[in-house]
Amino acid sequence: MCGIVGLFLKDKALEPKLGAMLSEMLVSLSDRGPDSAGIAIYGAATGNEAKITVQSPKPDRDFRGLDAELAKAIGAPVSVAVKSTHAVIRTTPDKVDAAREALQTLRPDIRIMGAGEAVEIYKEVGLPEAVVERFGVRAMTGTHGIGHTRMATESAVTTMGAHPFSTGADQCLVHNGSLSNHNNVRRELIRDGMTFETENDTEVAAAYLSNRMAHGKNLGEALEGTLSDLDGFFTFVVGTKNGFGVVRDPIACKPAVMAETDQYVAFGSEYRALTKLPGIDNARVWEPEPATVYFWEH
Amino acid sequence: MPATPMSKAEREQGHARVFDLSQHSLRELNQALHQLTPGSNETAWEVLNPKGSHSVAVGVDQPVSIDVRGSVGYYCAGMNDGATITVHGSAGPGVGENMMSGSIVIKGDASQYAGATGRGGLLVIEGNASSRCGISMKGIDIVVHGNIGHMSAFMAQSGNLVVLGDAGDALGDSIYEARLFVRGKVESLGADCIAKEMRPEHIELLQGLLDKAGVTGVKASEFKRYGSARKLYNFNIDNADAY
Repeated sequence: MCGIVGLFLKDKALEPKLGAMLSEMLVSLSDRGPDSAGIAIYGAATGNEAKITVQSPKPDRDFRGLDAELAKAIGAPVSVAVKSTHAVIRTTPDKVDAAREALQTLRPDIRIMGAGEAVEIYKEVGLPEAVVERFGVRAMTGTHGIGHTRMATESAVTTMGAHPFSTGADQCLVHNGSLSNHNNVRRELIRDGMTFETENDTEVAAAYLSNRMAHGKNLGEALEGTLSDLDGFFTFVVGTKNGFGVVRDPIACKPAVMAETDQYVAFGSEYRALTKLPGIDNARVWEPEPATVYFWEH
Repeated sequence: MPATPMSKAEREQGHARVFDLSQHSLRELNQALHQLTPGSNETAWEVLNPKGSHSVAVGVDQPVSIDVRGSVGYYCAGMNDGATITVHGSAGPGVGENMMSGSIVIKGDASQYAGATGRGGLLVIEGNASSRCGISMKGIDIVVHGNIGHMSAFMAQSGNLVVLGDAGDALGDSIYEARLFVRGKVESLGADCIAKEMRPEHIELLQGLLDKAGVTGVKASEFKRYGSARKLYNFNIDNADAY
């Protein structure tokens, strides 16, 4: 099972409601996967600020005093906004790699959920309702976002095993399905310098896309590559700094419904995820074709 | 003796039993439908606000008419045995799965495996159907006004699939005895599925189905017939590549 949702806004007037709309969509699919849930929200990139979303099993210990220590270590201003087990670290875009490195020694138990100019990622074990409540997702504004509620079929039910998976700046991916050749692909990607946090098949898909883009392909080409290089069942929904994409494997047995109006493009594993969106009764609603890449950009 | 269905005019005057799914649970609806007994006067039902709910009106076994106002989720009208169920919207995966008798009309589109394993009755999809339409059909008649997706009528065993539009890849893969009539283009035929001659009895059969499904302005002679080459019934090593 698993439930995935995505929402890409065209109408700026809806941006203050992005978190609320996406939360509603995800909660409606709770019974597709009760193990864990996650959401990635893209705020507007300002160009002079980078965000790193981190998670800690002991937030009280790890987040206290982190701003001052990290600022000193990287020699740049740092702010830390704590939300439950997660925190969003803000610094200048040129200091992201330095901050990642410094975090390894300053706070070895911290895990990085994602980084970029626009994206923030929140994921935990538990039902979507509990996860969106815990991180105040409903109040978040943004331009687009994706979400996932997991029924684990590959790898452990842990925070790191939850989706979205982010393996590149401002990139993230959610997946419904299961890959059968992920171990082979993982080995090939490791040989090419990619690193992995989990045994999860979806992390391999995310890393595959990041790797292909690092080799100069655009997201559309990287998504096309999944159709020949990844074996198994999948519906992927991906986010980038200013884009939103969908692809299904050639068998396409994992469900997917899309809707488009002048105000938004929306994706849901099931139609009921879309029923509360504004103007849905007059939206163009369709099932994405198998082995076909769909992509929108701001 | 089955009750006489209410006329449309009577229903519009408010004689239908209305079930609003924003007020009542799906279980209440299905329970009320399952409690119907032969000869019941509650022959007209209206379901409001389905909002993509799963399993709307499954397992109905009385000849009542049910109008669902809006789009439904998985398995709507599954196992239908005698009811006339109309969805005034689109349907999710598995609509009319294992229908025994009666009829189901989807005014919008249908998702994957519409009419799967159906044993009887008529399923009409006025929009498009998705992949695996009529998979393993066993006697059901399916009429799709629009297109159907890939792997439709996979392992179909009996019944008729009529498509006014186009069919996707691997139509009729591993088909046994069902008849497939397609008016538009077929992307590709699956293993053991071949184009067959349209004989007068097929024209007659198809015309009957088109009439039953309310299709007008389309002639049976515009369709091509597809069916089984019957090469895969018994294992033959020479056909191993086709399995």
